[in-house]
Amino acid sequence: MSDAACSSRGRDTTVRRQACWQHYQHGADVGVRGIGATVAAAFEQAAVALVAVVTEPAQVAPTTRIDIACEAPDHELLLVDWLNGLVYEMATRRMLFGRFQVVIEGQRLRGQAWGEPIDVAKHDPAVEVKGATYTTLTVDQQADGMWVAQCVVDV
Amino acid sequence: MDVTQLQRKSEFEWHIPATGNMRVPAIIYASDDLIRQMDAKVYEQAVNVATLPGIVGASYAMPDAHWGYGFPIGGVAAFDADEGGVVSAGGVGFDISCGVRALHTGLTAAAVEAVKQELADVLYREIPAGVGRTGGIHLRNRAMDEMLVGGAQWAVKQGFGTSEDLERIEETGRMAGADPDQVSAKAKKRQQDEMGTLGSGNHYLEVQRVAQVFLPEAANAFGLREGDAVLSIHCGSRGLGHQIGTEYLREMVVAAARHGIALPDRELACAPINSPVGQAYLGAMRAGINCALANRQIITHLAREAFARVVSAAHLSLCYDVSHNTCKLEEHAVGGERRRLYVHRKGATRAFGPGHPDLPEAFRRIGQPVLIGGSMGTSSYVLVGTKQSEHRSFSSACHGAGRAMSRHAASKLWQGRAVVEELAKRGILIRSRSMRGIAEEAPDAYKNVTAVVDAADRAGLARKVARLEPLICVKG
Repeated sequence: MSDAACSSRGRDTTVRRQACWQHYQHGADVGVRGIGATVAAAFEQAAVALVAVVTEPAQVAPTTRIDIACEAPDHELLLVDWLNGLVYEMATRRMLFGRFQVVIEGQRLRGQAWGEPIDVAKHDPAVEVKGATYTTLTVDQQADGMWVAQCVVDV
Repeated sequence: MDVTQLQRKSEFEWHIPATGNMRVPAIIYASDDLIRQMDAKVYEQAVNVATLPGIVGASYAMPDAHWGYGFPIGGVAAFDADEGGVVSAGGVGFDISCGVRALHTGLTAAAVEAVKQELADVLYREIPAGVGRTGGIHLRNRAMDEMLVGGAQWAVKQGFGTSEDLERIEETGRMAGADPDQVSAKAKKRQQDEMGTLGSGNHYLEVQRVAQVFLPEAANAFGLREGDAVLSIHCGSRGLGHQIGTEYLREMVVAAARHGIALPDRELACAPINSPVGQAYLGAMRAGINCALANRQIITHLAREAFARVVSAAHLSLCYDVSHNTCKLEEHAVGGERRRLYVHRKGATRAFGPGHPDLPEAFRRIGQPVLIGGSMGTSSYVLVGTKQSEHRSFSSACHGAGRAMSRHAASKLWQGRAVVEELAKRGILIRSRSMRGIAEEAPDAYKNVTAVVDAADRAGLARKVARLEPLICVKG
């Protein structure tokens, strides 16, 4: 499982084969984008992008695992539900996550997130995410076969 | 934005005529400069809102409008329930009833200067701010529901502030029609330890100096004198509002088709006001308003304690409390007829003019204080509502500066510590737990709030009363 920010070279869809994540600009908020060989891998990367809004994901130690399950009629709604599940767990457990695993079967998603309690000195958390939105929401397969999952999150 | 797509009606008013699926025109209030800088997506979103069922008058965008989700931020739209009108979770926003409260401190700015460092440290210590911070109040079950019904009135009953505070809050501190049963257990859990916290992002608590008075009569009515020190609090309904927004946005996405509403985009998700989902959202959203009002009331109490610890002469009394992410049932004149409308304001401030019956006695003759927050290190403004804004924007004005660049771009351009040092040289003390947060909130990452306020003033939405400059800023 890769959890790297896409390199500039990686933005070229003709050569990108590695799973990676990006942020993109959206007014006052932030767009999160995950790219992977499968829908599930793209969702994992979108989750890394979500955490990267708050802190540097590599700074988060994977000491505790939490499970998230959701169900939605299509991949787009499933992405929003997955990200909102993580937002909720981060808020109520006061945790950050750095590693993710997603399995998608039909309309169902089972996800796992590994992380640790927020440590201000260590994580320097910039801002909390209020929720994932339906703005610029897409889950699409690109010409190179890679899946891209993205939406704007409200901060 | 490409101005050739717009019809210019006056120096500060731009129209998009109703064409295609639009039921009403869209109207943007902005100066020439602001409209040219405005995101083209504002045009698209204002047009989309104009297609929604039951919309009345026009879809409006304020001078600080920018690309939101569904509705533009800085968007105002009113709907008639009897004409199939809708309510939209995206038309209110995730941070339900986010708003600004201003208090007189009973001190001059000079008196604050003498104790500024200590006051900044005590405020920073006593008022929980930033990601992951909890408050000292923990609400469960019945106590949570009582807060959601009672708002700031509940907070005062718990000993946070006095009954005099309540008349200086919209809805006298309690939004009627709140229904805690429509707020999920998850939303309540997300809030249970967050009462009395500022949050993060652009939220803050500032001690400010009244630097300039533009309208002495209104300033007198509001109790603002040049050289006075005031306290401003900018925050909202915290995790509860975010979770209500998240859940109802999804429910409305799924329900729209069932209600026969063709959405140009999923993000415009809405439900008829007269539908079970619409009514449930209104009950939950009003509970979210009460949560925000209670939250700002508790923070006020904490700030009073902090001030008392440092300066015994301090006496913090409310100037006013406004919310800028709401949907409220109001009576407005439309085409010579009084109509009861559900007015969405998303990143827009209610701005009732002189004589409005909902205003406290102290302001009824002069109009409502309209509190406009600046970005860290820049001016904030107090405006006053006008009579004209009733027919121009359903009595609404702007809410702030709006970002000029992304958080990512800002964090690449500035270092948090350097921003803090730069502002300290200008006499502004910043207190924050997150240096990355400071970099992302750097003053120049925002548009010029003065240009926004001038446009609102010149467009007749609200008039400039006073300009406030920061002395201390506790950032979320």
